[in-house]
Amino acid sequence: MKHNIYLYIFVMFAVTYAIRVLPITLLRKPITNRFLRSFLFYVPYITLALMTFPAIVQATSQPLFGLLAFAAGVLLAWFNGNLFVVEIGCCLVVLLMNLAM
Amino acid sequence: MTTEVNKPIYKKRDPGHSWTPMKGFRDAIPISLGYFAVSFSLGIVAGGAGFNAFQGFLLSITNLSSSGQYAGLLLYTENAGYLQLALMVLIANARYLLMSFAISQKISPEDSIFRRLVYAFGLTDELFGLGIMTPGYLRFPYMVAALCTAAPGWALGTSCGIIVGDIVPEIVSEAMNVAIFGMFLAIIIPPGKKNKLILSAVISSFAVSLICAYAPVVSELSSGTRVLILTIILASLFAYFFPVPPLPEKEAASGDAAGAKVSPSQNAEKEDTAK
Repeated sequence: MKHNIYLYIFVMFAVTYAIRVLPITLLRKPITNRFLRSFLFYVPYITLALMTFPAIVQATSQPLFGLLAFAAGVLLAWFNGNLFVVEIGCCLVVLLMNLAM
Repeated sequence: MTTEVNKPIYKKRDPGHSWTPMKGFRDAIPISLGYFAVSFSLGIVAGGAGFNAFQGFLLSITNLSSSGQYAGLLLYTENAGYLQLALMVLIANARYLLMSFAISQKISPEDSIFRRLVYAFGLTDELFGLGIMTPGYLRFPYMVAALCTAAPGWALGTSCGIIVGDIVPEIVSEAMNVAIFGMFLAIIIPPGKKNKLILSAVISSFAVSLICAYAPVVSELSSGTRVLILTIILASLFAYFFPVPPLPEKEAASGDAAGAKVSPSQNAEKEDTAK
């Protein structure tokens, strides 16, 4: 049985909003703990990296296509960096591989 | 939600201009267009997870966050429980804590609790950038106008992604499936080029993630659970062994993923106060 979509949306909203609103309203004191600051500094990069690979390889009909899209994405992000170039580049790799095979 | 579309504003801005709703609207148009494009790829994911266009709109207009929403969708496809969902979203969006602390320094003590609630709602990387570059305290009408311009772009992008993902041929929708990962790479790789610690964190995450996806026992966990556990372990290890230098409040607060985009605005702000 699937969970209720609206309840899911609500939980996501409640948590996200709590993170944004508490420091502005109740807490007001900045975080001074160095470990916590460092933890929060690394989290976005680590969580996005974990969600990207190897998920991208499993998102395509053949793992090879996803792997090539990953390689293209890393290279484009490194040498170009533009968000849309990277996104479209990854999509094109998968599309072209599908057409070629 | 990290786009670079709002960069030119910093240079074009007329220093003598007042922070009116009209200016908020104009400043947020490029943000809104950028949001639409990014959110479109999120819509592809949402459609695959079983969300319809209305549900996608509702999700995006209430959450306004790319990584948090993606994490939530991932858990939805795996039918994870609400407690796990709450934990995952908390971790994925934890960086907004720093942003919120930073922006709270820019809120006038006279601003009502209602205004604070509205500021918090619109606290995304890009609107944070607009807020930080406002000289002095945040102007409520300006921020509301910017939020009301940017947020619909984000929400409609998701809806359109869901609709388009549904009608295009399978070969195209399979290609569009990887767009969200391209977006994530565009967020994490460029900062890694400048900061070797970020690069090490990213590469370690790729490696550990790959190993854990196929290793015995851990591979039996859902990928949502793995992401949650591994994020906490890896971020703790990096925070313990490679802590960030203690910085003055403002700079430390912008030292997250938004840092690179926010710093030009801080410079602009300094120039402003100098004038």
